[in-house]
Amino acid sequence: MNQFLIFILLTLLKIAVVTVVFLTAVAYTVLLERKLVGRIQNRWGPSRVGPFGLMQPLADGLKLFLKEDLMPSAVERPLFILAPIIALACALTSIAVMPYGRDIRWHGVDMFQIANINVGLLVILGVTSIGVYGIALSGWSSNNKYSLLGSLRSTAQMISYELALGLSVIGVVLRTGSLNLRDIVNLQATHGVLSWNAFGGVQIVAFFIYLTAAFAETNRTPFDLPEAESELTAGYHTEYSSMKFAMFFMAEYANMINVGAVATLLFLGGWSSPFGHLFPDFGGPVVHALLPVFWFVAKVFCFLFLYVWVRGTLPRFRYDQLMGFGWKFLLPLAIANVVVTGLVLAVHG
Amino acid sequence: MLAAGDLGFLMQTPNYFWNYLPLLLQIAVAVGLASFIVLASWLIGRHRPTRIKLSTYECGMDPQGDARGRFSVRFYMVAMLFILFDVEAVFMYPWAVIYRKLPLLTGSRFFGFWEIVVYIGFILVGYFYIVKKGILDWSNDKADL
Repeated sequence: MNQFLIFILLTLLKIAVVTVVFLTAVAYTVLLERKLVGRIQNRWGPSRVGPFGLMQPLADGLKLFLKEDLMPSAVERPLFILAPIIALACALTSIAVMPYGRDIRWHGVDMFQIANINVGLLVILGVTSIGVYGIALSGWSSNNKYSLLGSLRSTAQMISYELALGLSVIGVVLRTGSLNLRDIVNLQATHGVLSWNAFGGVQIVAFFIYLTAAFAETNRTPFDLPEAESELTAGYHTEYSSMKFAMFFMAEYANMINVGAVATLLFLGGWSSPFGHLFPDFGGPVVHALLPVFWFVAKVFCFLFLYVWVRGTLPRFRYDQLMGFGWKFLLPLAIANVVVTGLVLAVHG
Repeated sequence: MLAAGDLGFLMQTPNYFWNYLPLLLQIAVAVGLASFIVLASWLIGRHRPTRIKLSTYECGMDPQGDARGRFSVRFYMVAMLFILFDVEAVFMYPWAVIYRKLPLLTGSRFFGFWEIVVYIGFILVGYFYIVKKGILDWSNDKADL
């Protein structure tokens, strides 16, 4: 078999495995959230379907597939159908450029990253921006006042916080001098915790900005105004039913995992172990290959836990507070971080 | 056709664009999967529409008028400001990528730093202007829109 065919086949294998794992993770993030919020509110959460409620996501998925798929008569049909496709496809795309393990080659193909391209970070930011179209179009095509208001709020919120998010990342790019996510992680993999950008790289302010903006980008509490039930019933997906509704739901949770993974890659050392540099000869080749995947998943899991914890703890912002916070606090802070990082790097060389 | 053992091409290759093939495949898979879900759910679910079921949802009330009426001009202002500041942010990426090489290229340690200070200075003038105009005060009705 020639090399190019091997390359394509292995790439398809990677995509299949990563997508299946990712979708399963999305389904179980929903369960994780329901369980944890349940415990925070002193109740059990889902516990009837399977042991500890572990079959709940499957039951929910099956139920949603069997539901009647309504096409309300007032909607703009092509856009109404297109919107959830855009939302979900964008949420499933950015995983392609993320390295989730060491650069280990098999038949010359890197098995722990789908696409190693030198503009990886830009791809993630771009795909996230396109995802906004899904929400804007769903609100407009629904021809429903709640949907339109929800999607307007959501769009304005997402683009406002995207500025702070994009600028917070620049500090990391300054340190690394590359937009390739492998390079960014490799620079942080030398001395464990001490070389992670959030700590040793002193990008802790950028990390805070990124984290806050990420909560707003994914429309999560305390920035979940687009779905403020008491004002807007369900926000931009009010008119959607069956799997079309579920696709917005999946996209939201997939984006939670995405921003968690990006935060891990940029600020918390990606797949690198917090103390791995102390034990360079630990384990055999299999452990050497799989332990980084464990660390990556563990860090992303911590982010998901934080998401749920914040949701169980904080109340919702008012809309003017939300916009004021993004534009008047996070944006200047992000610019200041860029200048200070630049100055420090210029002085220290 | 690629020679055997030529697959170190993943970053440094004459066939630079091969690096993007996996990304294209992933996009194809994502769009395909999303379309498949929409299609499958349309085919599997039953369809027994009634006029009431297909009407716009307004919490059980009869829908009044069209949803696409007027809304606050502030959303438009925010979108416009976003474009301005996003372009600014995008200009910073190439600068950030090359920043640590600038001392060697220009012979001055602080060249890159002063460049961006001037650039950000201009942007801050604009930022100061929109803050003074009150455009970022969402609840201020007297803002000079």
